[in-house]
Amino acid sequence: MKALFYYLIFPGFLFSAVAGLLSSWVERKVTARIQWRVGPPWYQNFLDLIKLSGKETIIPKQARATFLLAPYLGLFSLVLAATILGLALFTPQQSFTGDLIVVVYLLVIPAICAIIGASSSRNPLASVGAAREMKLVLGYELPFVLSIATVIVKTHGGIRLGDILAFQMNFNSLFFSFSGALAFIAALLCCQAKLGLAPFEVAEAEQEIMAGTVIEYSGSALAAFKLTKAILLYTMPVLLILFFLGKDISPIFSLAKYIIILVVFILIKNTNPRLRIDQAVRFFWGPVTAIAGLALILALLGL
Amino acid sequence: MSHNVIVPIGPYHPLLEEPELFQLHVEGEKVVDIDIIIGYSHRGIEQLAETKHLDQIPFLVERICGICSSSHPYTYVLAVEDILGGEKAVVPERALYIRTIIDELQRIHSHLLWLGLAGHFIGYNTVWMWAWKYREPVLDMFEMITGNRNNYAMFKVGGVRRDIKDEDVPVLKKALDELVPALDLFRGAVMDDPVIQARLKNVGILTKQQCIDWCVVGPTARASGVNIDVRRDEPYGAVDRLDWKVIIEKDGDVYAKTIVRILEMYESVRMIRQCLDKMPQGEIDAKVADIPAGEGIGRVEAPRGECFHYIKTDGTNRPVRLKVRAPSFMNVASDKVGAVGGTISDATITLAAVDPCYCCTERVAVINKPDNRKIMNGWDLIKMSQAKTNKIKEEMKQ
Repeated sequence: MKALFYYLIFPGFLFSAVAGLLSSWVERKVTARIQWRVGPPWYQNFLDLIKLSGKETIIPKQARATFLLAPYLGLFSLVLAATILGLALFTPQQSFTGDLIVVVYLLVIPAICAIIGASSSRNPLASVGAAREMKLVLGYELPFVLSIATVIVKTHGGIRLGDILAFQMNFNSLFFSFSGALAFIAALLCCQAKLGLAPFEVAEAEQEIMAGTVIEYSGSALAAFKLTKAILLYTMPVLLILFFLGKDISPIFSLAKYIIILVVFILIKNTNPRLRIDQAVRFFWGPVTAIAGLALILALLGL
Repeated sequence: MSHNVIVPIGPYHPLLEEPELFQLHVEGEKVVDIDIIIGYSHRGIEQLAETKHLDQIPFLVERICGICSSSHPYTYVLAVEDILGGEKAVVPERALYIRTIIDELQRIHSHLLWLGLAGHFIGYNTVWMWAWKYREPVLDMFEMITGNRNNYAMFKVGGVRRDIKDEDVPVLKKALDELVPALDLFRGAVMDDPVIQARLKNVGILTKQQCIDWCVVGPTARASGVNIDVRRDEPYGAVDRLDWKVIIEKDGDVYAKTIVRILEMYESVRMIRQCLDKMPQGEIDAKVADIPAGEGIGRVEAPRGECFHYIKTDGTNRPVRLKVRAPSFMNVASDKVGAVGGTISDATITLAAVDPCYCCTERVAVINKPDNRKIMNGWDLIKMSQAKTNKIKEEMKQ
């Protein structure tokens, strides 16, 4: 019963959805201000989502059964990840051993679901989008896991989110060490790609492949994808705070860190053009992996 | 073309705001061939021109293109003045300067518009919004001079329709001064940004020989080292009395095309400043009464390249024939060499890099009739619609 409350209300579905949609509003508003536009009111994303849910869901004739499964599966697993991360942030003693590994796995599933959904729609543009998404996942997972390995090494084998937080509370945020700072930068860039924000929005490149992976989606299935994106935008900063900036997690400090990380995402998004997929993969396997690998080596040396 | 996938760009696509169809034959991400299919927005303007007075046609040809909407009327009046003995022989001095001011202002606004769109096409929406923000003062200048933001209605055979007031000149100069820092900003943003360079350099390369083979014109050709510019080769208006230079780049990639357009805006600003300084007082309209029978051509360097009009008159007040060739007609075909071999991401910016303008381009619609299909004219469609309405009425009665 309690688990159901955690999953559905707080800090699970309802809370993360509201937080995610508000974060998307921050994203849209800040983007608009950077571009000298006015930007939408704070409730715009809620209206969009409600309206989209009420629309007809069109299923292509040739689509496979996984077409409708994919968006909801992605949403469910992401909400689970958000619940675990949220519980760790709000009540650190509740986390269980190995939840870090579970979260890392769960965070890949939305991307995989986008690939599954796109390829089951049998649209050529969607298949191009799916191929790009797959290459991107292959690109960013390696440095992402390396930077998380850095966290594990730094916290002397902490694979429980509660332990990682406790370590940082006792000593200092991992961000304020050489290896931690490097790993943070690598993880931040990987999160940018996970979020599908420019310069890594290759899978949904509107001007090239017309929204790519989600091209055939409409109605509530598309709403599920949009909601997944929004919740991801809430989850990623929380993850970064937990791993790298966990010294003081009182609500005000957490919120401040959260907003700063969010704005960094938005600034990167708005000051870069979209990379080609080969450039993006080369970027992740080259410099980003090098940074994350260096961080891991430094962590093993105790820096 | 065996088993490869076709990625359609068009007829309606977020990339381009006009209807046209590029079929990219792709293998994975690589573009192996491209089919360019235009003809979705043919409007029959040449035919329409034969039914109008010579004085009405500037109004009509102005609507060929919304962006280079002074190039076409300018080319047209040059063609008519060619029958009368040339622009310089007919048009008063002051009008020449005003014509050049309008033409160069239009180039600035068109290049800024392209710069913004190019940013949008590579997913850099901030550049898009900023370029269009700085385009606004240019449109304000237009509004001040002509009363319109677009479709300026300035050109007539023998002169221009509106004068530039003396008290407006300092305001225009001030607006130009404020434009230069904005251009510096964009030049810096494009030249110093490694990510933009990664996206644009060595992409969609047109070599000099390819440009000549495909008859490419305008900034697209100048970016490949082809030294052509109608303003210098066959001066019109007041351009031969001004100090300016033709911008040439060597590389032929999208980056070079961007640089050419940005640097051309500086030259245009210089030209307008000189025009405002040198402009003599006097008449602005020669009040041409009759156009004799004859043939004339007009050439103007539009923002996209050479715009060409041919006119034949028979002594009445209507043309026998008006032929228009817009620059995009030459440039779009070069995508066949520019876009093939790159990826889909590169193809989109390559297609956009020639600054295509399709509704300008479409003069003729050729219809290949397939055997099993009927080609309908307007009346057929009306009859079909009436039949459908009747059918629905019957259904509703039941």
